[in-house]
Amino acid sequence: METLSFRHTAAHALAGARAHALVGVVGSGNLEALFERVLDGNACVVEVVTAVAGYGAVWSEVIADFVQRYSPGGLRICIHDGGARPDTVALRLAQGVSLMADDHE
Amino acid sequence: MNEAAPQGGEPAAPRRTGARDPQLSSWFESTARQRLAGLLDGGSFSEILGPEQRELSPHLRQFGLPPAFDDGMIVGRGRLAGRTVLVAAQEGRFLGGAVGEVHGAKLVGLLRAVRSMAADARALLILFDTGGVRLQEANAGEVAIAEIMHAMLQARAAGATILGLIGGRAGCFGGGGLIAACCSGLIVSEQGRIGVTGPEVIESNQGVEEFDAADRALVWRTVGGKHRRLIGGADAFAEDHAESFRSAAIALLERPCRFDLEVTVAEHARLRERLARLGDADDAWAIWARLGVADPTRVPDMPAPEFLELVARLQDERRDAR
Repeated sequence: METLSFRHTAAHALAGARAHALVGVVGSGNLEALFERVLDGNACVVEVVTAVAGYGAVWSEVIADFVQRYSPGGLRICIHDGGARPDTVALRLAQGVSLMADDHE
Repeated sequence: MNEAAPQGGEPAAPRRTGARDPQLSSWFESTARQRLAGLLDGGSFSEILGPEQRELSPHLRQFGLPPAFDDGMIVGRGRLAGRTVLVAAQEGRFLGGAVGEVHGAKLVGLLRAVRSMAADARALLILFDTGGVRLQEANAGEVAIAEIMHAMLQARAAGATILGLIGGRAGCFGGGGLIAACCSGLIVSEQGRIGVTGPEVIESNQGVEEFDAADRALVWRTVGGKHRRLIGGADAFAEDHAESFRSAAIALLERPCRFDLEVTVAEHARLRERLARLGDADDAWAIWARLGVADPTRVPDMPAPEFLELVARLQDERRDAR
């Protein structure tokens, strides 16, 4: 098991009113991600606990790409990973941002 | 019959409609949260100890396993046809829905909370999806099962109706099977499996001649939903979607539900009689034949409406199971 942490500054804060959202399930080849609007301004922190050690460089690339695409400013994202592939990680992150961007609480 | 269908009948494949409507998508394929969304009145669910509260398993990290924010157990309250109910749902995809310390404690807390509801409105639904106790926290899990059963019987003695809904991919086994047996009523789908010792465990302990766990048709006709319904182990049969579980739950909640010495004695008598009548049958087919099913081998392939008609015809064979 490995714990990773990534800190980014997004281009702008993510719109929407939701305080938090959960997507996915911790299962083989899957992951859960908890999105919380708790950071100031454009900061974005992604914390990863993964069952599979040794893929820090891949996580770093996937998350940097995600921050650039979606500008998730203000979000702390905590991931529990059961060995998801990078494309699954990217889809879950996109799914969470879409829930958080909702205007309803 | 479809030529490609396996002989002797595995359950019909779960619906893969891709439907966005949570009430119509497959219960078997859904996550615990999707099941709750489809079961309850739209938007009525409010979670207790949600993921953002971070009540994580204190044990899994020692085994190199990532925890889950809800520990695979989602508890809360919602409405069912306008009536307030407490709900608990197990996530079968997280460690097979296995019961650990936090997972179990959340259900115990909910079972205690049901007693603080109005005396004539105590209702709790458990959406089972579990292989039993979590091996990584076995002692805490075993204790949790005992605490859950204790809390269930206390709640039922206080007049609560506790319904179990079974149709998830992990089935309902081990301690989960014991908890299910303490419910006021059970709703099961064809894909749902109920038991204590699972097929693989029976095979590895008693040998493949005793039970071949690779024989899927045998597994389903022994522990599957249709068999449980026919022998009175479950009180209602649902199709593999939330809408069907929902209407079955609404109907069962209307049924008067007593829990006292008289009911328990009658239930023991019923089980004793059932054992005497069916105990020497060596296969579910033989049991169904004795129950009056004309062509037992057809049961696994029977569409739900026809199966429900069959159940209605055999009504007196399945007196109230609890």
